[in-house]
Amino acid sequence: MRPFDYVEMRVPAKSQYVGVARLTISGLASRIGFSFDDIEDLKIASSEAVTNAVQHAYAEGEEGEVVIGCALYEDKIEIMVADHGQSFDFEETKAKVGPYHDQEEGAFLREGGLGLYLIETLMDEVKVHHQEGVTIFMTKHVEGEQVEKDVETVSS
Amino acid sequence: MNIQVDLTESDNILEGFIRGEIDAHTAPVLREKLETYQNHQGLKAELDLSNVNYMDSTGLGVFVAFYKSVNSNGGHVKLKGLSARLKRLFDITGLGDIMDIESVGKGGN
Repeated sequence: MRPFDYVEMRVPAKSQYVGVARLTISGLASRIGFSFDDIEDLKIASSEAVTNAVQHAYAEGEEGEVVIGCALYEDKIEIMVADHGQSFDFEETKAKVGPYHDQEEGAFLREGGLGLYLIETLMDEVKVHHQEGVTIFMTKHVEGEQVEKDVETVSS
Repeated sequence: MNIQVDLTESDNILEGFIRGEIDAHTAPVLREKLETYQNHQGLKAELDLSNVNYMDSTGLGVFVAFYKSVNSNGGHVKLKGLSARLKRLFDITGLGDIMDIESVGKGGN
């Protein structure tokens, strides 16, 4: 049995579905027990990733689909967003996604602008796979006790 | 997943109330409305974001573009009523230091 539950969404590469994906991920994250602040972070990060994918499809003049895969563990969520419509094997794609290299992905970073910066700031781990489309793979862990988390937030 | 933008201008003072969510889908609506005023000379704009419950980089992009235009025309943009969440978004991107922002927790109304 897999150590996680897997939920996959496939939406048209249109901006009106960014919010739908965001709300779904918010719901999934609250199932795992993320704090309010972390869920808000996840909403922004996933919106940025889906927005990137939608805008990429627009730039290419494609009427494609965006695939959003979410692996729900006991203590973390892994979210993968692919801007190429073909279905992907979550584990296989995850294995292929390399570490994020500033220079190699420079063009993508400029294109993504603030969006990718926010994803990296708000998530614990981010990988970008740039081949046959762009796949963003990101992870966020459930923090410890709520009290601790609040103290951290105040002090930052 | 909606946005409501109410802008009122009188004597070159622009008052705005923005409600709802600002994302890739709704940001163009906001951008278009703000573009109507951004080239007015010496515009004083105050935008109330206290009822904005979600925003991401697309929203930041709209406010930055508006801020740049208004500034280059000798005007001023103030964003007020920001929730702690929204303020944080401006802060982590470094925009909080550049723009005139008043959050709810900091003596705002």
